[in-house]
Amino acid sequence: MAGKIATRGAYGEALVELAEKYPQLVVLDADLSGATMTKNFSKAYPDRFFNCGIAEANMTDIAAGMSTCGFKPFTNTFAIFAAGRCYEQVRNSIAYPGLNVTVVGSHGGISVGEDGATHQCIEDFSLMRTIPGMLVCCPCDGNEMKLAVEALINYEGPAYLRLGRAPVDIVTDETPDYKFELTKAALMKDGSDVTIIACGMNVQMALKAAELLAADGISARVINMHTIKPLDEEIVLKAAKETGCIVTSEEHSVIGGLGGAVSEFLAGTCPVPVVRHGVNDVFGRSGNVNAVLEHFGLTAEVLAEKAKQAIALKK
Amino acid sequence: MDKINDLKLMAAKTRLLAVDAVHGAKSGHPGGSLSCADALVALYFSKMNIDPANPKWEDRDRFVLSKGHCTPALYSVLALRGFFPVEDLKLFRSIKAHYSGHPDMKNVPGVDMSTGSLGQGLSAAVGMALAAKVSGKSYRTYAICGDGEIAEGQIWEAAMAAAKWKLGNLCMFLDSNGLQIDGKVEDVMPSAPLDKKFDAFNWNVLTINGHDFNEILAALKEAEKCTDKPTVIIMKTEKGKGVSFMENQAGWHGKAPDDEQYATAKAELEAVIAELEKEVK
Repeated sequence: MAGKIATRGAYGEALVELAEKYPQLVVLDADLSGATMTKNFSKAYPDRFFNCGIAEANMTDIAAGMSTCGFKPFTNTFAIFAAGRCYEQVRNSIAYPGLNVTVVGSHGGISVGEDGATHQCIEDFSLMRTIPGMLVCCPCDGNEMKLAVEALINYEGPAYLRLGRAPVDIVTDETPDYKFELTKAALMKDGSDVTIIACGMNVQMALKAAELLAADGISARVINMHTIKPLDEEIVLKAAKETGCIVTSEEHSVIGGLGGAVSEFLAGTCPVPVVRHGVNDVFGRSGNVNAVLEHFGLTAEVLAEKAKQAIALKK
Repeated sequence: MDKINDLKLMAAKTRLLAVDAVHGAKSGHPGGSLSCADALVALYFSKMNIDPANPKWEDRDRFVLSKGHCTPALYSVLALRGFFPVEDLKLFRSIKAHYSGHPDMKNVPGVDMSTGSLGQGLSAAVGMALAAKVSGKSYRTYAICGDGEIAEGQIWEAAMAAAKWKLGNLCMFLDSNGLQIDGKVEDVMPSAPLDKKFDAFNWNVLTINGHDFNEILAALKEAEKCTDKPTVIIMKTEKGKGVSFMENQAGWHGKAPDDEQYATAKAELEAVIAELEKEVK
């Protein structure tokens, strides 16, 4: 593997790397540029960076206004504020008029670690996904994040992009035939007994779980669903038909996120067992990243167990 | 159009169309529409650099109705200005068209920003003014906020930001009619002193009678002279202005007149229009 980097770090690099190519790109932050990793952009392109202070709602609507004048704004704050505090600004001022703004939620999920429950957003996919016309994206590693940022600059319309705080292994560079395309999931590993559909850092978890399952003679397919909405229904349906059961895995509540999206789709098309791996409808808590992930069962071991449960549920 | 009587006539026609639209839809917000009608007419018929034949023209002046429920007035002004047929106002709030209860920029020609959720429009206007500034464009951005609306904290976030970026190209009307849905602003959530508040937020503050076109036009001119601060024009207005039984009545915030009330309102406004038409001739 090509090392570790937090997706927020890759995001910050991508903004700087892409700024010359895309002069319409402007970046807004709400006093978190050191954490959301927009700081380097702010230094390199001060005329295209707008620090709105600790006023996320205002930032979100300023971006909406700028987008009506031909700019492509990326707003930046923590996921809990981007999707939570600003839910209604995103809904009414960006998504309803279909404006060309990417809302970026950094520090998504429980891997925020020590800051604890108030800052561990496990509802952002759910909140953003229910808004008509929103695209929701959560890349798994630094490589994919950079590709996603460029794709989103070129995407016309409202979008939500989740970044993670913790460094994660780069895995997409080793995946044969890997190609990033918004709304098209990436097949990370083929398999026939069960399919794990994951996003964000859970893709790496899923690949490890697949190794654990292989040791027990179970063949697991791993799908990287970086775009949660619109869902790549074709690859989900194919997996349901070919492997007969599904496990979803995400650093998010088991309610309303990727697991919700996959379950909703399959319930009406190809009802096979779907077991959801995520945070079980509880708030997060403080602790170092690995301790927190372990506490909430977000590990390859637990995921492998979920896969076995899914297989056992097959008729 | 600059002659004061012409503007007064247009404002009376706007009021009549606004009341007509609310009556036709059997719902809507007449009170605040009537209080901001004169400012809207001044903007669309005198001040703003716009082209109804090309509503998305990139160098046009922008307008954001932050108190978005006042579509009866905004849509009427846009129709009279030629953005869409006046007859379309009969489809206000109807499922048969897209003249929705609150401004819809995707579907209504001339609407620069979708609004309706109070407190958000001013931020969007800040974004537009900021966009003009960073791209070196000379267009100006106007907004109208309600005096009840400014209880929303986001208004003050926007006010701080506009001052930070020295948005002299931004001009906001504050429609100070003193009433909101639940009663008097001073009872629901006192906001006075408005001038001192905005002054403290580093805005250029002008206070006028919002039903006097001489004062509105003078204030708009004055606002342009202040290039390093955003301007707020605090306009003292009457909610329901122009329809006797609606004037200064909070109850007419979001209620449609019945047929009898409509007939009375129509007669009053038509009399004003007839009188002004005589003078214009």
